[in-house]
Amino acid sequence: MENKYSIEQIKSAHKILKEFTYVPKPVNKGYSGETLYVNLSTNEIKIKQVTERMKEIFIGGRGFGLWYLWNAVTEKTRWNDPENEIIISPGPIGGITQYPGAGKSLVVSLSPITGSAMDSNVGGYFGPYMKFSGFDAVEIQGKAPKDVVVFIDGDNGRITIEEAPLEDTNSHIVCEQLTELYAKDEADRLHVATVASGKAADHTLIGHLNFSFYDKRRKGTRLKQAGRGGIGTVFRDKKIKGLVVRTTNITGTSNNPADQALLNKTGIKLHKEIRRNDDKQCHMRTQGTAHLVEIMSDYDLLPVNNFKFGSHEKARQMASWVWGQKFTQGIPDGCWFGCTMACAKAVDGFELKTGPYKGDKVIVDGPEYETVAGVGSCCGIFEPDAVVELNFYCDTYGVDTISFGTLTAFAMECFENKVITEKETGGLKLNFGNHEAALELLHQMARGEGFGKIAGMGVRRMKEYFVKNYNADPKFLQDIGMECKGLEYSQYVSKESLAQQGGYALTNKGPQHDEAWLIFMDMVNNHIPTFENKAEALHYFPLFRTWFGLNGLCKLPWNDVEPEDNPKTDEPAKVPEHVQNYVDLFNGVTGKKIDKKELIRMSERVYNFQRVFNLKMGFGTREHDIPPYRSVGPVTCEEYESRKDRYDKQLKEKAGIDPAGLSTEEKVKKMREYREKQYQLLVDAVYKRRGWNEKGIPKLETLKDLSIDFEDVVKIVKSKM
Amino acid sequence: MISVNEQPLAWRENLSVSELLKICKYSFPLIIVKINGEIVAKSEYEKFMVPDGANVSVIHLMSGG
Ligand code: SF4
Repeated sequence: MENKYSIEQIKSAHKILKEFTYVPKPVNKGYSGETLYVNLSTNEIKIKQVTERMKEIFIGGRGFGLWYLWNAVTEKTRWNDPENEIIISPGPIGGITQYPGAGKSLVVSLSPITGSAMDSNVGGYFGPYMKFSGFDAVEIQGKAPKDVVVFIDGDNGRITIEEAPLEDTNSHIVCEQLTELYAKDEADRLHVATVASGKAADHTLIGHLNFSFYDKRRKGTRLKQAGRGGIGTVFRDKKIKGLVVRTTNITGTSNNPADQALLNKTGIKLHKEIRRNDDKQCHMRTQGTAHLVEIMSDYDLLPVNNFKFGSHEKARQMASWVWGQKFTQGIPDGCWFGCTMACAKAVDGFELKTGPYKGDKVIVDGPEYETVAGVGSCCGIFEPDAVVELNFYCDTYGVDTISFGTLTAFAMECFENKVITEKETGGLKLNFGNHEAALELLHQMARGEGFGKIAGMGVRRMKEYFVKNYNADPKFLQDIGMECKGLEYSQYVSKESLAQQGGYALTNKGPQHDEAWLIFMDMVNNHIPTFENKAEALHYFPLFRTWFGLNGLCKLPWNDVEPEDNPKTDEPAKVPEHVQNYVDLFNGVTGKKIDKKELIRMSERVYNFQRVFNLKMGFGTREHDIPPYRSVGPVTCEEYESRKDRYDKQLKEKAGIDPAGLSTEEKVKKMREYREKQYQLLVDAVYKRRGWNEKGIPKLETLKDLSIDFEDVVKIVKSKM
Repeated sequence: MISVNEQPLAWRENLSVSELLKICKYSFPLIIVKINGEIVAKSEYEKFMVPDGANVSVIHLMSGG
């Protein structure tokens, strides 16, 4: 990697625009009790107090983010207005080192692609370091006129906003530069954590944030992504090059829990379980989430060619064992201290073949399953090295690999159907499988050029653009454009699982699997056959998983490893022993006495509040919960024919229609009528279970019951009923 | 004939649990196999023969995401 400027030059070009001193408050039972507010328009810096009520209702993490954002924006605020904020908060458990997966930060902002509140969960050290520097959250509002860095010096109680003209913008460089710049010496780099985005976030709406952590074994910064919803675009719109925090206050007791012994005991139990079982179960320590690739293909769930198909014979070229060989083994790859699940794998010394860094040997974080499926199979790409290269450039340019994969696959299907041609793409041959074209599209996004700029608007805007400018058929584009609420789908084929169709489209922020992943329960196990069963699962699991985001936790140690006796429990899908672990962790940190029921109630408050937030921003009603048909069933005859036996059988047995004598086109139509009706019935059942009316609006009694019937919340809800 | 997760499947002699999982392409590692309501331990998958008429549940735990 070649740096254009030396660290000394970069440093001397910094101009301090604002300096603010404070006395860092020590953390007590998971909270410092204060949050940091920075306004980049006015250079105002101030500290806000965290009230008991805020902790009670919103807990932390995503909850704090939503609350601050709610107060910062009006229904008229758009993502690029100065009032929009980026809020980062780790939550009360975030930062403990005794239990795996406890160092996550939650990022909340108004999304450029959905127009409403977005939340994204990310590893790396920033969130916990910020808390140990005295802040339960940082809230960034306003827009700087020139590129800036915001630095929190937790050891000396000093915050600065600094003009930062010479740093790079791309993350793999700027995170290294900032780490070196703010560390005292090489050993001190471990105490510095940064947040950055990249050049493509300047030109697209799908920008992501990279949260760094210094990897002392590799002697380099590693990057974890707050990927979804374009928050990197907001970050760059505010002209932020980087956020930096430095603290040496990092010990196993920095979170100052109420009951350290309980945390130790709970953590040791899981560490042992991972050691005993991971090699027999998910191989997270050697393959990370990429262990899922061939499994998803086996179950017809791996998106291929824009979610047309669910498997491919070439999927084995990108199978878990391939990644196992590419990833450097034997290094404890945790993205926070104490995570023995250690799934943050990396490809080291990867030589780039394209783009501005061609010939450089770099560390590539991942790829994770979502990336392999997104930039790989969904685009018909099955070459592992192309996936690694796309992964690297998405990361450093600050582009969400999930959205990039889904929108590129959409553009490819449009290209193959001649909705767009080389004339519109500027010569890019966007056929499925053309990884060179996909890479060039990505480089165009970073340069803000050509078709990359159009594609970078995301699937929803591409659809509108193609209809307006290229006379495309809006109905076909609506059917194949895999977005809901404006957010691109994450990488699972949901056609054969009605519950998962809801798991995607009935989310608050848009179709991301981190709310509910119910495919096995529904499609394979047949455990939730009725609408009521499905609705119950779509009540419990999104709420359970919301809780991780309130507390700064990673989902993976919940159910990517499990105790040996889990099969014998009454509800093995919930992994009851691990649920109890989380109850113990919360009580051990905060000194409160919750149980597993209260855990769900905690999430239910924030979840319903977020639904009302959507209403405030003009969304949040039934019409926004409808998926594109590609996520529900076969759009084309080609898709129907590829699973003809299955679909014919379903028509006969489930829909009561004899397929004999019907043309494929007629069968596609009949199947669609049947499935769309089923989906509407599911929505009715889910709304009922969630305490919402038939429009999808939380009922007043639901809000009251959850103690979130604040005046402005009630006013908004009443106005939409 | 046997039933696997409520779906009929042709039975054949010497059908072990391992073989059955292969036929069904059930490659996911976090599963529980129950035959006529009784859990079969993982270590028994090679040896345990599925009887004709069996009601087999192959419960996939969630993972994913
Ligand atoms: S399980 Fe993986 S992603 Fe989660 S905290 Fe651990 S290393 Fe990070």
